[in-house]
Amino acid sequence: MTFPPLTRSIRTRLFLQLAAISALLSVALFLVVRGLAETAAEATQDGILSASATSIADALRSEDGEITLDLPYSALSMLGTTNDDRVFYKVEVNGETLTGYDDLPAPTDAPTISRNTFATFDYRGDEVRMVSASRTVSAGGVPSNVLISVAQTRLGLAAISQRISAIATGVGLVFFLVATALSLLAARSALRPLKELTAAVTRRGPADLRPLAIQPPTELEPFVSALNTFIARLRASLLRSEDLIAEAAHRVRTPLATVRAKAEVTHRKLNKPEHRQTMREMIRAIDESSRSAGQLLDHAMVTFRTDSLATESIDMGELVRETVARLEPAADLKDATIRCTIPKQPPHFTGDRILLQSAIQNILDNAIKYSPDDSDIAVTLTAVDTLRLDVSDQGRGFGDTDTNTLKARFSRGANVDDIVGSGLGLTIADEVARAHGGTLAITRNEGAKGACVSLVFPLQ
Amino acid sequence: MRFACLPAAIIASLTFLNAAAAFEIEERATYAASNPQTELRIISTADRGVFEPILVAFQQKNPTVSIDYVIASTTELMKAVHEEGEVFDLVISSAMDLQTKLANDGFAQTYRSPATDALPDWAKWRDQVFAFTQEPAVLILSEKAFPTDDYPTSRDALIDLLRDQPDRFRGRVGTYDVRISGFGYMMATQDARVSENFWRLLEVMGRLDARLYCCSGAMLQDIRNGDLAIAYNVLGSYAQAQLADGGGYRIVLMSDFANIMLRTAVISSNAENVTDAQIMVDFLASLESRPDLVAASGLPAIDTDALQSNVALRPIRLGPGLLAFLDRLTRRNFLRNWEASITQE
Repeated sequence: MTFPPLTRSIRTRLFLQLAAISALLSVALFLVVRGLAETAAEATQDGILSASATSIADALRSEDGEITLDLPYSALSMLGTTNDDRVFYKVEVNGETLTGYDDLPAPTDAPTISRNTFATFDYRGDEVRMVSASRTVSAGGVPSNVLISVAQTRLGLAAISQRISAIATGVGLVFFLVATALSLLAARSALRPLKELTAAVTRRGPADLRPLAIQPPTELEPFVSALNTFIARLRASLLRSEDLIAEAAHRVRTPLATVRAKAEVTHRKLNKPEHRQTMREMIRAIDESSRSAGQLLDHAMVTFRTDSLATESIDMGELVRETVARLEPAADLKDATIRCTIPKQPPHFTGDRILLQSAIQNILDNAIKYSPDDSDIAVTLTAVDTLRLDVSDQGRGFGDTDTNTLKARFSRGANVDDIVGSGLGLTIADEVARAHGGTLAITRNEGAKGACVSLVFPLQ
Repeated sequence: MRFACLPAAIIASLTFLNAAAAFEIEERATYAASNPQTELRIISTADRGVFEPILVAFQQKNPTVSIDYVIASTTELMKAVHEEGEVFDLVISSAMDLQTKLANDGFAQTYRSPATDALPDWAKWRDQVFAFTQEPAVLILSEKAFPTDDYPTSRDALIDLLRDQPDRFRGRVGTYDVRISGFGYMMATQDARVSENFWRLLEVMGRLDARLYCCSGAMLQDIRNGDLAIAYNVLGSYAQAQLADGGGYRIVLMSDFANIMLRTAVISSNAENVTDAQIMVDFLASLESRPDLVAASGLPAIDTDALQSNVALRPIRLGPGLLAFLDRLTRRNFLRNWEASITQE
C-alpha cells in the first residue's frame, strides 16, 4: 500500500483528520453561538416592542363614546433606550386608523387578545420588526376591536449581530487553534508506543535475537507478536546454519587428521627433496584447513553459548596460564617466547569459561601466527580499573587496516599475503568480549613493531 | 471690515418666493460668497439677528459658499420639509420633537465626523440629529413686581405665591399659547411628563386670567413695559440676550427642574449640497470652541460641565419618546386638557 507523500506519515494524517474535525466543529460552534445570540437579540427587541404595544394598549380609554389615547411617553422612549432605531406605530379601531402612521401595513397574522404577533418586512426604506397586539375596548357601550402595531427598524440589531459575529468568529478561531494544537499533541502521544517499539528494536545488538519483552498497546500486539514470531524463525534458521557449519567442520576435521597422519608417514618415506617439499606444503595446507574448521566450530559454539551464557566464577590467572601452556608447543615451533605477567592475587571473574578460553586462545594463536621467528609475545593481565588482558606481539601489525573491520567475520588485515587464516579469530574474541559486557581493543604498539590485542571487561 | 460675504442681498419679501411654496416664509436672506462656487440652502427657525454671526463666521472660513437662509416657524418648517418635500440642504430648528420626527420618518441623512463624535450622546440621535445649543426654559420675573430677593425659585413656591396673592398677579401672568407655539407645546409636554405640578400651576395661572403669547419676545416686551409680572417658560437664551437691551427683569432657573431645549441641525435627505451641509454641521457642533460666536449670537453651546454643575438642568432627550407628544390624538387630548386648565371653562 502506498500513500501520496504528504499522507505517508500516520502522524500527519492523524493530525490533518483531527484538524479537519476541529475546523468543522469550529464552524458549527460559530453558527451555534451566532444563532443563539441573534435569537437572544431578536427576542430582546421583540420583548421591548411587546412592552411598548402593551403600554399603549393599557392607555386606551373611552371618552364621550369614542376611543381615545394619550400615547405614553415611555411607550416610545423605551424603544430608544438600547439603540437609535426608527420607530413607527399605528392604532386602529375596527379597521380605521385612530392615530399613528397610516401607511404601516396591517399584520398578516392577526393577533388575538392573548397573543401578540410579530412580522418582519421593509418599510420606509429599512427592514422593520413589528409587533401587533389586539384589545377590545368598550366605547359608548359598543365593544370595539383595537389593533395596536409598533414597529422598529433593525439597524441596532444588525449592529449587535455584526458584533456577535465578530465575537463568534473569534471564539471559533480560538477553539480551532486550541483544538489543532491539542490534535498535534494527541497525534504525537498516540504514536509514542510506535516510537518506543522502534527504539526497542533499534537498540538491540546485531546478535540479539531474543523476543521483544515490551508490553505494547493492544493495537500493536499483533504486530509485536508477528515480529517475535519472525525473530524466532530467523533465530532458528541461523542456528540451523551454524549447526550445519559446525557439523560440516566437524566432519571435515576428522578425515583431515587421518590425511595429515598419512602425509607425515609418507613425508618421512620420501627421498627426493622436491617430493618432500611438495609433501610439506601439503601438510601445511592440511593444517590450515583443520585450523579453519576448528575456528568455524569455535565460532558456532560461541554463537550458541552467548545465547545462554554460563555464569561460573573463574580464576582468570589460572585460565590465562592454562591457555598459554596449551599454545606453548606452537610457539616453540617458531622459537617464540610467551612471557606471562599475571598479578599475584588474580581477580575472579564471572563468565563462561569455555568462551573466555576460546577468545584468549584465538588471540594468542593469532599472535603466534604472525610473530616472526625468535621473537617475544607478552601476555599481561591487569586488574586496575578494568580487567584487562593484553597480548602484544612483534609481528607485522595490522598495517593501515581499520581495526574495527577486523572484528567482522572473514575479514582479514590488508597485509596478511602469505599467511593463511580464516578471518574468524578476532570475530570470536570480539563476540565473547561483548557477550561479557566487555570490548576487544586492537592497538598498534607504539615505537615498536607489532600490535596489541586486548580484552577489556568491567571489574565485577 | 470690508468682507464680501456680508449680506449682499436680503430679501424679506414673501412675494418674491416661488408661488408653489405653500409654506409660509418669515424672512429670507442670501449671503453671497466673494467667490461663489457652491450654494448652501438652510431652512431655520432662528432669527437672522441671532444666527447671522454664525453664518458670517462660517463664510469667513468657507469663502466659496453662498448661503441661502430661509426663516420659518417650526410648524411651517415641518410643513415645507416633511409634507411638501422642499429642497433644503440643512434644517435647523429649535423644535426637537419635529427634528426627531424628520429623522425618524426618513428625511435626514446620516453623518459622522470627529466633530459630531465629540458631541455627548444626549446631544445627537442616529447620527442624524445634531444639537449645537442648550437653551433652558426659564421663569422671568419683572424687577418692578419683585424688587427684593424674595422671589419664587421653584414651581411649588410659584404656585403658593400665586394662590396666596391672587389679586397681586391677576392678569399679570403670562406663558406660551401652546396651541400656536411649537416651542411652548414642547416645553409644556415636557413639564407635564416630569411633574404633576405642571397642571396645578396651569390651573392657578388660569384662575388668574393668564395671558397667552406666541413667542418669548412678546412676553419679554410685556414684562419690560410692566404689563406682566411673571412669564413662565421663556426661552432663556433669548431672555439673556434681551437683558442687555433695557433689562428690567430677573431670569430664574427653576431649582426643582429646568428643561433644556437643544437647538438641532439635520442634513436633509434630499439635500443637493451635502458636502457644505456637513461642513456646517461640523462648524455648529464645535460652537463651544468659538466663545465669540456664542456671545454674538447669544446661543449657549453644548457644555456638559454646565449640566453637571446644576442637577436641576434637564436636557430634553432626543429620541422616539418625543414622537409621543406629536401623535395627533395625544396632542388633541393634551391641548384639550391644557385649554380646560388655562381658560377655566
